[in-house]
Amino acid sequence: MQRMIGKRAVSSLISLVGLVVLVFFLSRLTGDPAALYLPIDASEEMRQNFREIHGLNDPLLVQFGRYIGDLAVLDFGESIRKARPAIEVVLEGFAWTLQLALITMTLVTLAAVVLGSLAAFRVGSLFDRLASMLSLIGASAPDFWIAIVAIVVFSVGLGWVPTSGTGTVWHWILPIAVLFIRPFGLIVQVVRGAMLTALGSAYVKTARAKGVRNRPIIFVHTLRNAMLPVITVIGDQAAALLNGAVVVETIFGFPGVGKLMIDSILQRDFNVILAAIMVTALAIFVMNLLIDIAYALLDPRIRT
Amino acid sequence: MSDTTTVPVPPKPAAMRERPALLRLASMLWADKFAFAAALLLLAMIGCALVGPWLMGDAAGGQNLRARNAPPFDLSRGWLYVLGGDALGRPLLARIVVAAQNTLLIAAGAVACSMIIGTTLGLVAGYRGGWTGEVIMRLADVIMSFPSLLLAVIVLYMLAPSVANLVLVLAITRIPIYLRTTRAEVLEVRERMFVQAAIVMGASTPRIVFRHILPVILPTLLTIATLDFAFVMLAESALSFLGIGIQAPEITWGLMVSQGRQYLTSAWWLAFWPGLAIILTTMSLNLLSGWMRVALDPTQRWRLEIGGKRNG
Amino acid sequence: MAEHLLELRDLSVRFHTARGLVQAVQGVSWHLDRGETLAILGESGSGKSVSASAVMNLIDCPPGEITSGQILFEGRDLLTLNEEARREINGRRIAMIFQDPLSHLNPVYPVGWQIAETATAHGTPAQEARARARELIARVGIPDPDAAMRKYPHQFSGGQRQRLMIAMALALKPDILIADEPTTALDVTVQAEVLSLLGELQRETGMGLLLITHDLGVVAEIADRAVVMEGGRIVEAGTPYDLYHNATHPYTRKLISAAPGRGEMRADRAPVTPLLSCRGLRKEYGSFTALKGAEFDVMPGECLAVVGESGSGKSTVARLVLRLEEASGGQALWKGEDLLTKTPREMAKVRRQLQMVFQDPTQSLNPRMSVYEIISEAWAIHRDVLPKSRWRGRVQELLEQVGLKPEHADRYPHQFSGGQRQRIAIARALALEPELIICDEAVSALDVSIQAQVIQLLGRLRDELGIAFVFIAHDLPVVRDFADRVLVMQKGEIVEQGSVRQIFDAPREPYTQRLLAAGLDPDPEVQARRRAERLALQA
Repeated sequence: MQRMIGKRAVSSLISLVGLVVLVFFLSRLTGDPAALYLPIDASEEMRQNFREIHGLNDPLLVQFGRYIGDLAVLDFGESIRKARPAIEVVLEGFAWTLQLALITMTLVTLAAVVLGSLAAFRVGSLFDRLASMLSLIGASAPDFWIAIVAIVVFSVGLGWVPTSGTGTVWHWILPIAVLFIRPFGLIVQVVRGAMLTALGSAYVKTARAKGVRNRPIIFVHTLRNAMLPVITVIGDQAAALLNGAVVVETIFGFPGVGKLMIDSILQRDFNVILAAIMVTALAIFVMNLLIDIAYALLDPRIRT
Repeated sequence: MSDTTTVPVPPKPAAMRERPALLRLASMLWADKFAFAAALLLLAMIGCALVGPWLMGDAAGGQNLRARNAPPFDLSRGWLYVLGGDALGRPLLARIVVAAQNTLLIAAGAVACSMIIGTTLGLVAGYRGGWTGEVIMRLADVIMSFPSLLLAVIVLYMLAPSVANLVLVLAITRIPIYLRTTRAEVLEVRERMFVQAAIVMGASTPRIVFRHILPVILPTLLTIATLDFAFVMLAESALSFLGIGIQAPEITWGLMVSQGRQYLTSAWWLAFWPGLAIILTTMSLNLLSGWMRVALDPTQRWRLEIGGKRNG
Repeated sequence: MAEHLLELRDLSVRFHTARGLVQAVQGVSWHLDRGETLAILGESGSGKSVSASAVMNLIDCPPGEITSGQILFEGRDLLTLNEEARREINGRRIAMIFQDPLSHLNPVYPVGWQIAETATAHGTPAQEARARARELIARVGIPDPDAAMRKYPHQFSGGQRQRLMIAMALALKPDILIADEPTTALDVTVQAEVLSLLGELQRETGMGLLLITHDLGVVAEIADRAVVMEGGRIVEAGTPYDLYHNATHPYTRKLISAAPGRGEMRADRAPVTPLLSCRGLRKEYGSFTALKGAEFDVMPGECLAVVGESGSGKSTVARLVLRLEEASGGQALWKGEDLLTKTPREMAKVRRQLQMVFQDPTQSLNPRMSVYEIISEAWAIHRDVLPKSRWRGRVQELLEQVGLKPEHADRYPHQFSGGQRQRIAIARALALEPELIICDEAVSALDVSIQAQVIQLLGRLRDELGIAFVFIAHDLPVVRDFADRVLVMQKGEIVEQGSVRQIFDAPREPYTQRLLAAGLDPDPEVQARRRAERLALQA
């Protein structure tokens, strides 16, 4: 287990280094920040001055060396747009995204496991078919479209919840509801399939031959086995959310890391892009670790 | 001699094999009514993509100020306006039909490119293994975590926001899916007995990879590709929606939703219909991929050939 | 009429399958009393497990459907009871163990908990149930019961897992134990131990034992009475002695004659120049040594049997010689040239002369290729063997040679039965006209009657075409009529080798003697003698 974590850490680190190098150089291809942040009629001198301040005049390799040097002392550079340390800006946005992802994934997991298990237990019934249809629609829906339809209906039409922004509990409802739909659809399908496999397995037959009641057969014998493939999918979906739900955050004006990312890319705020990538990479690494631990807790065959 | 084999199973009549492959496939499709409907819908969409611009191209571009934001289900302006008109008075129906071409072309192009590249790299990584495999896998990790938005913006600024470039962006981001699946499957399939049997016969590496391993994993890949087609469509729509995908006057369904967004409160139909087109197409693809999983597996195929669909 | 403990009357069960209704058992009647052992004997597809599943209420309805009959347990018809009453009987009054204990034990719970669950499911307090579980684990002979309680199924060996299953079934001292192929996947020596444990426990508790098996030897070893099933019907019933000596139904007679190891052994052959000689062949996986310097020769046209239990390294030998795995050391000389040092290109040429038939034909045939493609691939690889125009004709010839029909060429592997598939695999091996065919457990996955046919086919091919065979098996009787020489392996070492007569008539090594004694003979009298020998060896 520890060796596996070590190996995982090393390969993740290699990938992260490759990613940072790639993003550092490629992001410079999007253009010159000076053209964005200074008025159109700014003189060449002013532009030179701006670039000088932000260290954009040196050759790229020198800039990269300086960046890595600063990184060694955990200095992620300054955000051009916000004129504050990039890491601060990113962590602020990340806190929002983390909350959003946590709440959404908890709800999704609970709802999908319950619905998927019930559908598998009553396979072929009306309930099963309804659940399958619902999950199919959920898995196929474009989130931005759902988001604007939801705004039209619930915010504009019925006036139940605010259209965008943050502040009250009400602001969270629509973003969570929209983010909920697709992972929910996917995970219900996986849970149902895994439960069907587990219910048809030999150890369930043994349990029935022992005279074990139906309820413990479902919730003690099968569910734990069926959760193994489900956990992997939950991990993938959670990783996608941690990367920032760009579209939903944009539509609902939610200040998460996804919206920060797209703004920084469009505004050529390179340091923020890099810091955001590193923070989310770390978060996803930690989350994968949690998934592995959950896996090992559920399945003794992995522990040894 | 496990208990599953104690139920006597009569051998399958040989006649079933004699029918031409296409007919057999069609009857298997008919056996699953949902998949059949999905296939019909997709055929209609492909039809739109092929002949739509030629049939309705003029209508879709023709502005008509009196039909600005015309409401749907009003036939007084002609049947083209049955779904309403957009902000410039262009008929929405015609625009959706015309936009089908770009939308499907981008998705098809991206899926085809990423599948070919990803599968090739996956075969190498899985069969060769070693250092080559390790490097390929790390590369996949990097691509996987490279922000696709940044990639889209880079391409948008560096090159032009054309259909081909959007295909490039989307293809790159989807390569890891095929790469990882292929590699995992190759690692499993290469240990199977029939691959070992081929090695014993003296088969060359290309023969083993292309004759024995690839045909076995291809159905899995095609099933994923069908699902991924839906995913790529959604991704393209999202990019267009954020303004870093296709740019007007070119149109895709995603861009139409984005354009309709500012009229949400006054004319909901501008964003609603193209969104519905997206959701119907992706749903059909999902249904069809479920059907394919069964139809492409010779040991599962009988479920469809016999007509009655069983659960499981 | 006296009341039996358990009696089946005219039971018929059918299944709704994709191919329509299938009658799994039809008008089956048998009975079981306290303290006796009834065996249901049949091959795959005979419906031998179905009546037991019906007793345990394990048939899913749908797709299953009990169309007629009664299951009388102490005079009560189980089929008229409700679910809850049936559940109360399962585990408490009638218990069941299965083939393949690994998949029948829940992988994610400790075995102690799983054994105790039988008792807790019927209302025993947890403390008491755990104490009982510990007691049972000790009784079935698992070392260190306290530690074993907390271990998981994957941490035990196959034989131990079956012992744990037995402990689980006996937790509430049931009146009847149903054992469905309890020893099929086990090594012969372990099989003998598990069967004698079952016998002991039966004598202790006086329970009725219903044993479902495909093996006449198991019937001879343990059963008081037996019924023979074929195609969902009981074709014959009687004591093992009666069945063996006075069988009237042709199917029973076929089963008895198919039992391996009853024919004439082959005469010793004069030594000639070996085709293949292995010298000091070794294989290590990390610190584990799978093969410790194997030395043996294979002569042209002879059959060398390699016999050993799981983990003996017998399959490793085949994989190393064929370069499916790289050896850690030693030589494998093919007509004097070392196979282990050849480049892949050189090896590809030699492979023509050296073919292999694998254990499970379901897995060794590519499911996506037709029989024609599977067999003709050999010539696509080795271009100089046969011009393409003659491929079809030759495939048809080969199919006929292995006892299939020429029109089978365009079908796919899943359309054939297990025995037919193995014939296809043999035809594929023959396509290159090899001088040596290595058969790795080539008949182990097949039914007894089909096993006999395939071995007959291999014998014919040796005699007609002069092909040499290396025949790997886990069971000695199988190789008795077929082999010229036998090589006995244990834990990566060759413990004894010699002519077939030497090994069977005068085994020198204790391990070979034990292996021979553990084998089950279909003749109840021979088997009784053997059991005595085995007990003597243990003492």
